[in-house]
Amino acid sequence: MPTTPSAHNPEGSPVPDAESAGTGGTALLGRKAAKIDRLAELMGPRDEGTHGAGIWRTAFSRLRRSPMAITGAIIVAGFVVVALFAPLLAPYAPTAQTWGDEVFPNQNIFVGPRAENWLGLDNLGRDQFSRMVIGARQTLLVGVVATLVGFGVGALLGGTAGAAATLGGRWGRTIDNAIMRVIDMMLALPTLLLAVTVAALIGPSLTTVMLAVGIAQVPIFARLLRGAMISQGNRDYVLAARALGVRKHKIALTHILPNSLGPVIVQSTLTLATAIIDAAALSYLGLGNPDPSFPEWGTMLADAQRFLSSAPQLAVYPALAIIVTALGFTLLGEAMREALDPKLRK
Amino acid sequence: MGSSTPLLAVEELSVVFGGRGSDEVRAVDGVSFTLEEGKVTGLVGESGCGKSVTSLALMGLLPPRGVRVGGSALLNLPEGEVDLLKLSPKRMRDLRGSRLAMIFQDPLSSLNPVVPIGRQVTEILNRHRGMRGSAAEKEAADLLQRVGIPDPERRLKEYPHQLSGGMRQRALIAMAVACRPRVMIADEPTTALDVTIQAQILELLKDLVTEEGTALLMITHDLGVVAGLCDDINVLYAGRAVETAPRAPLFAGPTHPYTVGLLGSIPRLDAPRGEPLTPIRGSVNDNIAWHDGCAFAPRCDHYTLECLEGPPALVHTDDGVHAYRCVNPVRHADVADRAVLESPSVVGDEEESA
Repeated sequence: MPTTPSAHNPEGSPVPDAESAGTGGTALLGRKAAKIDRLAELMGPRDEGTHGAGIWRTAFSRLRRSPMAITGAIIVAGFVVVALFAPLLAPYAPTAQTWGDEVFPNQNIFVGPRAENWLGLDNLGRDQFSRMVIGARQTLLVGVVATLVGFGVGALLGGTAGAAATLGGRWGRTIDNAIMRVIDMMLALPTLLLAVTVAALIGPSLTTVMLAVGIAQVPIFARLLRGAMISQGNRDYVLAARALGVRKHKIALTHILPNSLGPVIVQSTLTLATAIIDAAALSYLGLGNPDPSFPEWGTMLADAQRFLSSAPQLAVYPALAIIVTALGFTLLGEAMREALDPKLRK
Repeated sequence: MGSSTPLLAVEELSVVFGGRGSDEVRAVDGVSFTLEEGKVTGLVGESGCGKSVTSLALMGLLPPRGVRVGGSALLNLPEGEVDLLKLSPKRMRDLRGSRLAMIFQDPLSSLNPVVPIGRQVTEILNRHRGMRGSAAEKEAADLLQRVGIPDPERRLKEYPHQLSGGMRQRALIAMAVACRPRVMIADEPTTALDVTIQAQILELLKDLVTEEGTALLMITHDLGVVAGLCDDINVLYAGRAVETAPRAPLFAGPTHPYTVGLLGSIPRLDAPRGEPLTPIRGSVNDNIAWHDGCAFAPRCDHYTLECLEGPPALVHTDDGVHAYRCVNPVRHADVADRAVLESPSVVGDEEESA
């Protein structure tokens, strides 16, 4: 009797038999169905929770045990909280030159950490701590938007190329080739150089930084998604779907794409770290937000450079903040990549 | 074979891989067989003899580049006869899933792991029968019920990894029969399953064939499956059919040394204990090109010089149903398991006697 003993019938009522199934059922089938149902009823309830945890759930449980992931997550969470609640956390206005008469850069007189200014004052007598906190906000905004730009455009290009290469036949390979050669050209340029080029073309502003950093990430996302889609395209379930006559665009969208997104999602955490560093670098080079009312870690670093010999702490704070934040995202991303990598599973 | 016109007549099917720089490989080299309504035709042979390539060629699923397909495969449809090997890709896509269906070897990898079973089944119903929403869902539940999956409404919401191997294969069969195909190809459907599940799946396939009048092409290397399920059997070797016969004559009097070797390689229940098995020596790669002689000759115990003088012709025996391709056929080989032969069928007895 073809019954796999692993199921139960929640209502305990017989399910409609083969007659109502309308597939030309015979008495034989009806009896068989009744037998299956009876047996299924008798099997009783089973424990739902223990059966087959999803790939994301197992990955999460592994993440919770990994010190790398926990460290990364704490740093990232702290950074996000500071960035989101920056106006509440900052004790003073970041642009107010309240203590301007205490700092004389040309006489090498600076004010270090003290009770009212935790991180001291900058060269114009502004509270360094408030500037750092408000600067986190800019950094998070730039990082997230740039990653979204890179993810969106990259996934679109890579997804199109991957789908065309897998299912498109001769024309598809031509499309794939055309897209990927453009991506290769972008990849050939160093990320920062590409970002500088974009920033130089549009002119310095916050949008420029976000766009430039985002565009610099496009080729990475595009290649990653295309590669994942091509490798998924050779899998049995794609062949099985083709054998059932499923249309190509549906195979690409409902079968290949969801299976290929895992590595791309992990890459986006790693990209956040790169985006933060790149954004700081662009600001440092003077291509960032020219509006002085928005402090930004990269700009602060560039400003502090002039006083490096007399007040190195002004450069150390933003530099440390950039390093720690980028480290947090990198640790979290790496831990996620390892947790999702089936080859590293024990 | 039969008197009625066959549902699918495959004539001289050949599939050649390669060309342009690399050596050509003749994976299938002139295979002919017919499929009839409500009957099961078996393709048997070792790994690498061209079984799966034959099925992919018939489904039009071979890659478009680097492959040459020859011969014809005439499918008898109500709207007329079509040659599967010459149809446009678009027309072929419409036929796949609706008139032709295929069941694959590994149920684990043939289902999309991130899409619930229900959506995978309704996708087919939507594609070929235009069903949507709750109507498609109800039909999907009915299909799962029909292939023996208990509590189908709940199963529809589950993901493939939540189902057992046997259930996954049932779900794949449900997807294959969703549009009541005329021809179904099963490519080693039970290889990845354990023995008890194998019998259930074979019984299910047999039921579907008898109820719907579907023609089933069963591709397998398992002679137990063949003995239990197939009406007509084609034994393939190196891309050619070396012996073709209905089930009983083939098991009672195998004539080609390869068939004899295959039957001799499986343990028999009626043989004395401790008797060694007699495997065929060498591997399927130790062969010669068919145009030089019998490809099986290097591994054959009976080969003579005549075997190496050109391709052996297909010889029909007196009864007209049994054909073999051999110049030194084996007579009265006592290799078949009597117990297998005398039982009407290995699987599906329970329903008949109940």
